[in-house]
Amino acid sequence: MIVYGVALLSACLILGMVIGEALGVALNVEANVGGVGIAMLFLVFASNSEKFKTLTEGSAGSGIKFWSAMYIPIVVAMAARQNVAAAVDGGLLALLAGIAAVVVSFALVPILSKIGNSPATDDQKEQGAA
Amino acid sequence: MDIIETVFVRNNLVVAFAVVGVTIWISYFLADKLTNGRIHGSAIAIALGLLAAYIGGVATGGNTGVADFALLGGIGLMGGGMMRDFAIVATAFGVQLRELKKAGLAGVISIFAGVIVSFIVGAAIAILFGYTDPAAITTIGAGAVTYIVGPVTGEAIGASDAVITLSVAAGLVKSILVMIGTPLVAKHIGLDNPQSAMVFGGLMGTTSGVAAGLAATDPKLVPYGAMTATFYTGVGCLLGPSILFFIVSAFY
Repeated sequence: MIVYGVALLSACLILGMVIGEALGVALNVEANVGGVGIAMLFLVFASNSEKFKTLTEGSAGSGIKFWSAMYIPIVVAMAARQNVAAAVDGGLLALLAGIAAVVVSFALVPILSKIGNSPATDDQKEQGAA
Repeated sequence: MDIIETVFVRNNLVVAFAVVGVTIWISYFLADKLTNGRIHGSAIAIALGLLAAYIGGVATGGNTGVADFALLGGIGLMGGGMMRDFAIVATAFGVQLRELKKAGLAGVISIFAGVIVSFIVGAAIAILFGYTDPAAITTIGAGAVTYIVGPVTGEAIGASDAVITLSVAAGLVKSILVMIGTPLVAKHIGLDNPQSAMVFGGLMGTTSGVAAGLAATDPKLVPYGAMTATFYTGVGCLLGPSILFFIVSAFY
């Protein structure tokens, strides 16, 4: 049943959101702390587990895959409802602050990507031994 | 005309599916014919979406882009937070736990590094523009984190409305730039594997920007980037009105 997969996906999202919201309250922050990320972890656990097989395999799985495939269209709709006019109206300060933050963050991607990678990967261990 | 309007408004989500479908079809056609596949079809679709959003915002004066046109109201629902989060979680289906564990530490570090670095850059630019009030500097810095962290911080520390608006604008610029810029720089920053995608999500943090930027680069990387990015705004809201504000206050 397709709806089993959709229901599992929904349950993961709701559970994750509740935990994220509770984390926000616990930390005294006016935001949902990682609700979506926690929901994703639940779905990863469920899809890697034997116990949830009936909810993730066959037609149930295609209920999840459908929403995964709808991701790009939804992102296009999301782009079309952004407040682009306000971003343009923000003037030079907003423009510079936004651009500079992105440029610096882009530059850090290759640097931070090496963390945990260098000592852990096997080929580098071998290089170290040799 | 009235009949069409009634039908469109009453079935607005269905209209949105059709409009987005046509937009994506046109975008993939253009990507194929005009750029020979060098620019990803979804990158063009996202750019068209942003352009439409700008036109919508200017024409209607509203703040949800093209969704402020009554006939296209369904775009607001389809592209809203609920559907976005639902689809993002669905992309995690089939992700290997092993990949997540491998990049776990780098992912966590990148979230904190991303919030702090964006904040410093934003605050520095506020100072360059002559701001000396710690609340204003902190709020604009927080805006460079994301357009949610800006107003949350600003309201918590009592910044003026004008400064809060500026911080939202800075966050929007960041989010839009990540959407457009990611596919262009992906190769140069090594964004081609789950590990760098998790770091990327943590550093950029804007869920919308990361979601769209990775979709236009390589849809397989989406779940990894989205996973870390969704923690970013929370961490930003945690640090902005507290530690970061105290540090700025110590200097000004």
